[in-house]
Amino acid sequence: KEKMLVNSLPLLIFSLSSFQTKSKKTLARPNVKNIVLVEGVRTPFLLSGTTYSDLMPHDLARAALQGLLHRTAIPKDVVDYIIYGTVIQEVKTSNVAREAALGAGFSDKIPSHTVTMACISSNQAMTSAVGLIAAGQCDAVVAGGVEFMSDVPIRHSRKMRKTMLSLNKAKTLGQRLSLLGSIRLAHLSPELPAVAEFSTSETMGHSADRLAAAFGVSRVEQDEFALRSHSLAKKAQDAGLLQDVISFKVPGRDIVSQDNGIRPSSMEQMAKLKPAFIKPHGTVTAANSSFLTDGASAVLIMSEEKALAMGYKPKAYLRDFVYVSQDPKDQLLLGPTYGTPKVLERAGLTMSDIDVFEFHEAFAGQIMANLKAMDSDWFAQTYMGRKSKVGTPPMDKFNLWGGSLSLGHPFGATGCRLVTTVAHRLQKEGGQYGLVAACAAGGQVSDTHSPQMVFQQS
Amino acid sequence: MAGVRAAGVFSRFANSKYSLLSGHASRSLSVSSSVAARTHVSYELKDDVAVIRLNDPTSKVNTLSVQMQAELTEVMGEVWSNGAVKSAVFISTKPGCFIAGADINMIQACKSSEEVTSLSREGQKMFEKIEKSPIPIVAAINGSCLGGGLEFAIACQYRVATKSRKTILGTPEVMLGLLPGAGGTQRLPKMVGLPGAFDMMLTGRNIRADKAKKMGLVHQLVDPLGPGLKPAEERTIEYLEEVAVGVAKGIANKKVSLTKEKGFMQKLQDTVMGLGPVRKQIYKTVSDKVQKQTKGLYPAPVKIIESIQAGVEQGGEAGYVAEATNFGKLAMTSESRALIGLYQGQVICKKNHYGTPEKEVKKLAILGAGLMGAGIAQVSVDKGLTTILKDTAVDGISRGEQQVYKGLNDKVKKKALTSFARDTILSNLSAQLDYSSFKSADMVIEAVFEDINIKHKVLKEVEAVIPPHCIFASNTSALPIKDIAAASKRPEKVIGMHYFSPVDKMQLLEIITTDKTSKDTTASAVSVGLKQGKIIIVVGDGPGFYTTRCLAPMLAEAVRVLQEGVGPKRLDALTTSFGFPVGAATLADEVGIDVAAHVAEDLGKAFGSRFGGGNVDVLKTMVEKGFKGRKSGKGCYIYGKGKKDKSVNPDAEEILKKYKLAAHPAISTDSDIQYRLVSRFVNEAVLCLQENILRNPVEGDIGAVFGLGFPPCLGGPFRFVDSFGAERLVGIMKRFEDIYGNQFTPCQLLLDHAKNPSKKFHK
Repeated sequence: KEKMLVNSLPLLIFSLSSFQTKSKKTLARPNVKNIVLVEGVRTPFLLSGTTYSDLMPHDLARAALQGLLHRTAIPKDVVDYIIYGTVIQEVKTSNVAREAALGAGFSDKIPSHTVTMACISSNQAMTSAVGLIAAGQCDAVVAGGVEFMSDVPIRHSRKMRKTMLSLNKAKTLGQRLSLLGSIRLAHLSPELPAVAEFSTSETMGHSADRLAAAFGVSRVEQDEFALRSHSLAKKAQDAGLLQDVISFKVPGRDIVSQDNGIRPSSMEQMAKLKPAFIKPHGTVTAANSSFLTDGASAVLIMSEEKALAMGYKPKAYLRDFVYVSQDPKDQLLLGPTYGTPKVLERAGLTMSDIDVFEFHEAFAGQIMANLKAMDSDWFAQTYMGRKSKVGTPPMDKFNLWGGSLSLGHPFGATGCRLVTTVAHRLQKEGGQYGLVAACAAGGQVSDTHSPQMVFQQS
Repeated sequence: MAGVRAAGVFSRFANSKYSLLSGHASRSLSVSSSVAARTHVSYELKDDVAVIRLNDPTSKVNTLSVQMQAELTEVMGEVWSNGAVKSAVFISTKPGCFIAGADINMIQACKSSEEVTSLSREGQKMFEKIEKSPIPIVAAINGSCLGGGLEFAIACQYRVATKSRKTILGTPEVMLGLLPGAGGTQRLPKMVGLPGAFDMMLTGRNIRADKAKKMGLVHQLVDPLGPGLKPAEERTIEYLEEVAVGVAKGIANKKVSLTKEKGFMQKLQDTVMGLGPVRKQIYKTVSDKVQKQTKGLYPAPVKIIESIQAGVEQGGEAGYVAEATNFGKLAMTSESRALIGLYQGQVICKKNHYGTPEKEVKKLAILGAGLMGAGIAQVSVDKGLTTILKDTAVDGISRGEQQVYKGLNDKVKKKALTSFARDTILSNLSAQLDYSSFKSADMVIEAVFEDINIKHKVLKEVEAVIPPHCIFASNTSALPIKDIAAASKRPEKVIGMHYFSPVDKMQLLEIITTDKTSKDTTASAVSVGLKQGKIIIVVGDGPGFYTTRCLAPMLAEAVRVLQEGVGPKRLDALTTSFGFPVGAATLADEVGIDVAAHVAEDLGKAFGSRFGGGNVDVLKTMVEKGFKGRKSGKGCYIYGKGKKDKSVNPDAEEILKKYKLAAHPAISTDSDIQYRLVSRFVNEAVLCLQENILRNPVEGDIGAVFGLGFPPCLGGPFRFVDSFGAERLVGIMKRFEDIYGNQFTPCQLLLDHAKNPSKKFHK
């Protein structure tokens, strides 16, 4: 059977530069430029419809960019290029990268473009930046992502749009009146952004519920994982570990300096919720899914030469990445399982070499399904053409500062958060290699790719 | 013959997964099942839920066979007597099949209607016990749930079904000339309402799970799962079981309610249906409609209405008695035997009897993007065949591509396909004007103009560009394949593939082999046809092969009848009342008067005066005047857009008057006219068997019914001879022969059967 391939999974390998003590091999390759992560920041991630609700997407992106400028003190004209990722586009600012860059005070001589790849849009922004530097086109690129779910483009119906466009062309009053007269009640029903995968018409939550069922993930397992995510996020927040978060003065509102979706609950309370997608027997609920989030992120990526010349101390080396795709119907959310072994093989590493894992948590059920798939010889042999199972990441290295379930998941912005978190965790925990994985969908609203990145100390 | 429209109820037949057939399972009635180990039904306790699993190890599908029923009864006895069991779940562990129906052999083995009636009573009793079960029973349905299987499921208290494409529910008994004889006619009206029940049982159509949920036939749906830690299908069944067990527990401890809150419309409908006069009107309307559609030729729909009516109006017991009695009566009718014969024949014709081809056809090229060519493309691209559609003009390929697109898009409109799937399917199609990439084609099917010189020209062009293994198939409707193959460098790779128009609707494919056609070529052609979803007959080469050859004398007779002053409308009425889905005059228009003229002339040359009758000049004159049938807007009738009632073409009547013949009063009654038409068809079919054009009567019957619209209630020409009596038919033909001569001379094989009444085409 042929499978349609729409999913992709980027993998980035980073090496951490700040610790020189470990004697593990460097992943540097001859004749390939070393590319480094200099800094990464993000706005607080807020539940949509809260403090950010009156902004526009580029406002959030602007805040992240200004935060990055502030943190790095990089001269505005040193940056060669700016790339942003986003999923649901505000039509007025379709190239949100450019609008945000100008608004953040970057030189108008810096070209900017916007990419979209569902939940790994900012991963795509980052890997595009890597490509530009590796190709010798640029030395310093800002990559980032933004998502603004408090306001989404709701359109007139196709019928209504057609009538309105014809109205523009109508020459006489009679023509206009007859067009206006043709408007019926059906013309007035609005068109919401698709909440479903275009190819399969299946919503992401529905897909996640089926995936969980396919791997026999129980409701309790999902609730436990969600609770873990919230508890760890709370701990990290309280301990001040989420250094990538910048404070943001929202016009007309207070200064926002913390994520507001972290809510550790109890298993009993979570058990009370009804399934959100598959009724009445489903297992995915509001409590074990990531929530609609507003937020933006930004990272500064440079060639090592340039960074060192400018006196920066790189946070990590970005070595490699892999994108993979699978069947959008039944394997939509299994990117991490497919991508992890590929990127490890490319880098010549094994699972045990990795000190820090950051996986995107779209749904607790999706994470658990991936962990089960990675732990299954049958799955590896039947679907991946491998001799044996991929192996699962140890939980004591896995998403220790919370994840998308608790911190929030602004689709376009999550990738940069994962990468920056790996860099910070490697520094904090003294590890050498980190790995990021995320899964993305082909759809608009929901997204579930996992980008995976490995960080290495050099 | 290109262009026969034999749609109607019957055309859905072959698509249904109705598997009443399980002949391979031989079972001994004498073996006491308490002694023998259970092989079909097993059960285990999951907490306080008895999970009862069905799987017939001797067949691809589960049927309610003697063995299955005996084991079910035994297991239910154990379950009911076990105090620890609070609820039960029925589930099939066979992929893609819950229960596909009753065991047809059980019915066929009965010698009298009383025997069948008592079978029905037993089934009714068994399901009554399930309906009145002291513990709640949940039917967990994945795959086909048809006929007796559906009756079984609706006797349970609750139904959970997978939303899989393979999950279909329905009561297809009517297509076998039977009725749902195990309580179906009694329970369905209560469950889905009177109109819904009539619709289900009278059409026999398959209902997908989501529709079944809307209708109230199932309570809950479960999504099919993708791959996990086990194969998808296996895990889906397991998941279905988990959900069903949860529901069963829920019902047992009163957390799940069995009574559904009725909506306003439902309440309204119930109130209206509660009125006697309204119901009476419904019975009348439905009966009238059935009468109109079946012309009184099919007894099953009438008996279905009777049984439902008895139950609703006179109460349960009377209804069950009526159902069982009527079931017994129907099982003994020739119509039911004919329909069952067709069903069984159709199963045989959906298998490849020529082995696996050495090289699977993956890339198909079609020459000619007309109705036929594009139709063939349409049924190929959605089966994953990479398809080239080649024509000589841009207009041609544009029209052809549009036809394929429209065919698929109509499915999107009916929600049978997503727009995304449509686009993906269309990516298999490449429309082009040249022979580029023919070098990687595995099979070429030509559907160009019916002219031997053009056929030779394209054959040579194609052979210059295709790889050695590539098969050349001709979609000719009458030209002998060996004549076409004469121009080939490799006649073993040349074969005939005769499709019927419209290709996406007509299920038959007639494959024609010559003496030189290799077995592997035949295997490939059959394999492609099966992939395209066709019912296939393989026949020998000769003018008109089998189907066209049978149709030609009947059409010649039809022209004569018209010349004798019987108008097109009356001719149509006479043929449809005999059971043909399409009248003879309409059929000629559908086929195309030009095609009919062509065939009549070609076959007339080949077979001589035997194929005479009507004057070919009638057809030729009509063609000259532009009356080519439906495609040109005028033929025997005038066709206009949006017109439902077609009117007779007065200019055609003028032509007929010009060629007027005097009718012979001795053989011109309505019945005589019908037999003049049918006997020539039937005699030619028997002659085809005699001359080894046909390999067996089964394919003859299938070809005639599915390709030419021979009355399904008669089961095909051969079954017709069996049931009507060869002697009687020969007698009638002799009467005609006296007046018209050799056109009505019975062939030797028919005479043999007439002489010896114990000779039958079908055992």
